[in-house]
Amino acid sequence: MDFELSIEQRLILETVRRFVREEIVPLETDLDPDASELPPHHRERLVAMTRELGFYGLDIPEEYGGPGIDLVTRTLMAFEMAQHRAGLYAPCYGVFGGAGLAQLYEADDGQKERYLYPVLRGEKRGFFALTEPSGGSDPARAIRTTAVRDGDDWILDGEKTFISGADKADFGIVFARTDPELGRKGITCFLVDTDMPGFGVRRIVHTLRSTHYAAELEFNRVRVPGRNVLGEVNQGFAIANDRLSRNRIPYAAGCIGVALKAQEMAIAYAKTRKTFGDYLSTRQAVQWMIVDNEIDLRTSRAVTLEAAARADAGKPFRTEAAICKLVASEGASRVVDRAMQIHGGYGMTKDLPLERWYRELRIRRVGEGPNEIQRLIVARDVIGGSFH
Amino acid sequence: MSGVRLTKPWLDLDDAAIAALPGQLGVFEIGDEDGSTLELGFAGGRSRFGLRSAIAEVAAKHEGATCFRYEVTMQYWSRFEELLAVYLADHGELPAGNAESRGDRRVGRISAPGG
Repeated sequence: MDFELSIEQRLILETVRRFVREEIVPLETDLDPDASELPPHHRERLVAMTRELGFYGLDIPEEYGGPGIDLVTRTLMAFEMAQHRAGLYAPCYGVFGGAGLAQLYEADDGQKERYLYPVLRGEKRGFFALTEPSGGSDPARAIRTTAVRDGDDWILDGEKTFISGADKADFGIVFARTDPELGRKGITCFLVDTDMPGFGVRRIVHTLRSTHYAAELEFNRVRVPGRNVLGEVNQGFAIANDRLSRNRIPYAAGCIGVALKAQEMAIAYAKTRKTFGDYLSTRQAVQWMIVDNEIDLRTSRAVTLEAAARADAGKPFRTEAAICKLVASEGASRVVDRAMQIHGGYGMTKDLPLERWYRELRIRRVGEGPNEIQRLIVARDVIGGSFH
Repeated sequence: MSGVRLTKPWLDLDDAAIAALPGQLGVFEIGDEDGSTLELGFAGGRSRFGLRSAIAEVAAKHEGATCFRYEVTMQYWSRFEELLAVYLADHGELPAGNAESRGDRRVGRISAPGG
């Protein structure tokens, strides 16, 4: 597959790289090392810049006002946008805008008016609630939250966990079992407003990632109107599955972005730090760590761009998305780990972003489907058969 | 769910108590003589001496500050957000010291923790 960059792609990437290095990184000197938000005045200023550049709302489909940039180019941009301290979970602190929840583009006109457009205008925030205490990797079997029809409404009962952003959201996309006999064909997707009686945020779940934390939710006889069913009744699993595959490409790209930066830092440090009278970069032990980093980076980059190219071409990309997610998350973890080793004691400190990336990358091997599930997906696609 | 609140006993706010504080990262609460919360805060990765310097700095902003309590945690950011959400659920507003600095940034919603 040819990934030679076009002139336009080169210009775009140079612009994004300069934006990250000149506008984002300097601000982090004054922010808390775990911060994932910018002060409002900086945010407004930088959003105005990304709008001016024509890059705001990168992932929004063109027919809804997005800039219409293909996924390969957006993936290349994501490599650049993640190259700062908060870059893994908050690339450029969100000043390039978000697309909102992809499922909302499949909503009916009324739902788009009530949820999608307010999200795109920045007036509403949503969350995606699939995982439950009974499991997240096998949602077709693990979902125990129920939705029972009551006249024109549905009554939701159950709980969800590891749901990011739910405590500050206005609504959520919530998956519930509507037919206990039908397995994965008995799940429906609902739009649930957080001010509906019976909805509650039970607690914040503290993890290695201190910002962008997750929450545990409860649904206690939440009455949801029938007009809030997203898609068809009993067809919710397809909606969830589609989202999971698509998200794996930018998820991988973020991992690669911070790993690229970690490698750059490791090389720069190895060229300036002396031990026993010579630079670290002259030591074979350090050279090999840097070489292993390069192999992980190039492999991750290649499989991620391959997945993006297949998606752009309208070809099936489930296998490629699973491979890039697992290769990039595991490869980036190794790269950052080696970069910390090269930096010695400084690599462990909050003076450098490496320790934050190290903690957050550990989550990437579990988030968006654990890597064991990615291997199952690939096994099923190359060998055949179903999950066991 | 009582674990979500800072339930440690209040400590008197004086120079000796501040000097005895650990230099670790964590969250804290500054109170007045009625035991009302004046401000919730955290000692993050940029604090010079962790809780010791962060508590001293925030306490100095409040004339009526007489007591404090704290919790050592590396997850200071999510714990701080949780404490703000719990306080808001309990009192319907943020402590005065936090309300202004928060600006229009959202505080999380948490359902009546601890009943």
